[in-house]
Amino acid sequence: MTEITGLVQNKFSDHLVFTTVDNVVNWARKSSLWPMTFGLACCAIEMMAAGGTRYDWNRFGMIPRGTPRQSDLMIVAGTVTLKMATRLKRLYEQMPEPKYVISMGSCANNGGPYWRYGYHVLKGVDEVVPVDVYVPGCPPRPEALLYGVMKLQEKIQEDRVLRRKGETLGSLAGASMAPEAAR
Amino acid sequence: MESAGIHDRLKARFGEGVTAFEAGALQPFAVVTSDAIGELAAFCKADPDLALDNLMCLSAVDYPKAEPPRIEVVYHLWSYRHLHGFVLKVFLPREDPRVPTVEGVWGVANWHEREAYDLLGVVFEGHSDLRRILLPDDWTGHPLRKDWVDPEFYNGMHVKPTAQMAERAMAGEQLGVGPFDVTPPNRHVPTDQ
Amino acid sequence: MNSPITSDQAYGWRIEDLDVDEMILNMGPQHPSTHGVLRIELKTDGEVVRAARPHIGYLHRCFEKHAESVDYPGVIPYTDRMDYVASMGNSLGYALAVEKLMAIEVSPYVQTIRVIMAELQRIASHSIAVGTYGMDIGAFTPFLHLLRDREKILDLFEWTCGARLLYNYNWVGGLSHDVPEGFVKACRQFLREFDAITYPELMDLLIGNKIFIKRTAEIGVCSPELAISYDLTGPNLRGSGVPRDLRKDEPYCGYGQYAFDVVVGKGAYGPLGSCFDRNWVRAVEMHESAKILHQAVDRLEKMERTDVREKVPKRVKPNKGEVYGRSEAPRGQLGYYIVADGTAVNPYRVKVKSPCFTAMSIFHVLARGMYIADIIALIGSLDVVLGEIDR
Repeated sequence: MTEITGLVQNKFSDHLVFTTVDNVVNWARKSSLWPMTFGLACCAIEMMAAGGTRYDWNRFGMIPRGTPRQSDLMIVAGTVTLKMATRLKRLYEQMPEPKYVISMGSCANNGGPYWRYGYHVLKGVDEVVPVDVYVPGCPPRPEALLYGVMKLQEKIQEDRVLRRKGETLGSLAGASMAPEAAR
Repeated sequence: MESAGIHDRLKARFGEGVTAFEAGALQPFAVVTSDAIGELAAFCKADPDLALDNLMCLSAVDYPKAEPPRIEVVYHLWSYRHLHGFVLKVFLPREDPRVPTVEGVWGVANWHEREAYDLLGVVFEGHSDLRRILLPDDWTGHPLRKDWVDPEFYNGMHVKPTAQMAERAMAGEQLGVGPFDVTPPNRHVPTDQ
Repeated sequence: MNSPITSDQAYGWRIEDLDVDEMILNMGPQHPSTHGVLRIELKTDGEVVRAARPHIGYLHRCFEKHAESVDYPGVIPYTDRMDYVASMGNSLGYALAVEKLMAIEVSPYVQTIRVIMAELQRIASHSIAVGTYGMDIGAFTPFLHLLRDREKILDLFEWTCGARLLYNYNWVGGLSHDVPEGFVKACRQFLREFDAITYPELMDLLIGNKIFIKRTAEIGVCSPELAISYDLTGPNLRGSGVPRDLRKDEPYCGYGQYAFDVVVGKGAYGPLGSCFDRNWVRAVEMHESAKILHQAVDRLEKMERTDVREKVPKRVKPNKGEVYGRSEAPRGQLGYYIVADGTAVNPYRVKVKSPCFTAMSIFHVLARGMYIADIIALIGSLDVVLGEIDR
């Protein structure tokens, strides 16, 4: 950072920012995650609480959408049954790319309390859709869900839009243009 | 009216239709034949002294070890007018359980009977819409029968958990962080190889 | 030049040729206003619903199978997960049924705590019900206000037993934890806020709102006979004008000692038994619950602390027999039919009569002839929780 700072110091007007396209795109994506309102079971109530007054996920730029076609995050909140699994897959397919999935609660992770005797419960939502972040708990507290969202944001920040294969990018503060520096 | 009184009234009206009465039970019940249940249910609701206008619960219970093996259909009735209740039971053969429907008497029986059909395979004759209610339409078998065994797959999805699934679920635990406390690698970023 | 069109022929088609078939419309299973994974098949003629067919089972979690497979106390966590908005009421019903089967009598201290927890849960559950109902038909603000106050109740629960949503609190023969030191004071603080702010605010913001009344007072009318035939219970039944409440009719947990009124729908703004009446009953019931809570808290304060696990059996193994136990859960009568075979430590059969299941079974009768937009208002007014419908 220092050599760049020395080169460009006091050279530009106030509103000029140096960054990469990837950084801007990822920053925009992660700051406006629109989840689909997809409450399945108990965890949906905690998801509602996370969207409610005390926890307020609007701070993260999350606005629940009623349809999969407008959303880029699916929070699978609750038990996925075998009857629901095919519908869930179809909903996932209807979402536009890039799309992310948070598996919320033990039931969505691996069947939870219905692991042993649940003849009609899917043992983990990752059997039908890929999952980005697992949030354990039965049900997870709203704080846990928000932590999961933050984990997902960290992941989104690593996404690549334009960069060459093999390059990685750290956080916004440590960003460097030079590929060698990143390695 | 007490349970014994209700039984006497039913016995007087239906005679052979009421086969047994268990007065010593916690909640006394009468056993009726499956032929009589339709008429008997209508009588229970219409008779002004009984006025059992509310079907609280309709359950089916599987007894494979009884002699002969049977399925019981249990009707829990309640009267909002007189605030008394009564329990009726119908014993059905386990191989081919068939009983007339009571949905014409109590509307709520429609869904209860569908559930009993779905989970225990009791056929309610004369029912307007006897389909599976909880399980998918292409499901085979009746899970609440005592001899039910979980199938391996349904529509290509595991019904029984496999050893690999158990191992994967416990992966986090081996790291000492609890199950699923590990975030999987980012699938949106192609690997370098 | 442009002569007026005088005959149907000039259009190239006639009115009679228009396709006026009924259309099948699927609502759900993923729909923001169906309160879970409920699918409704609507046969529509334009905006009017000619027939409706609810499809359930998308959340069938095999409760009854689990109940047969685990021991008696082990069923309680699964009962919590049935009606996840009102877990305390569910586990209370199950505990009462098993206690009836085993002839266990719990101490008045435990009973009082159970009443307090059940009534707090009733307020929390009705907050969600009324709040989301407002949200369904377009009023977002009351939801936020009610959720704010629900959090205060959840704090009390969390303080007592450590869980926010699913408590495993009512055990067979007792409770999992005694109430903490200072609980009575905190409970009073909550009640003060509820009486002074939440309840009047709710009545002003939502229930007394002219738009809300216009929207709901004429639709979804259910007569008392129909309600009894379809076994509607709880606020749905009382909304139709039948003054039946298990807490009065068959008092359990010492409910007979508390002074409270059974709230019955009045049909003040339209026909009796409308969506508005059902919802109004729920809102006023919150006030009645607060009345019970005031008395119960006073009673608890004067009581001597006893061990809340005193009567909890080491091994729950009832004798051969069966029982149908029912209690007044926030959504209505919750019945457990438990069969014990006398040899095993797990129940032979547990059948649950859930109030939401029966409330949903009347849906196709009430929905006939409604507008599509009112279908949402009808589902919300029946206050169904899918976890309990499908179990």
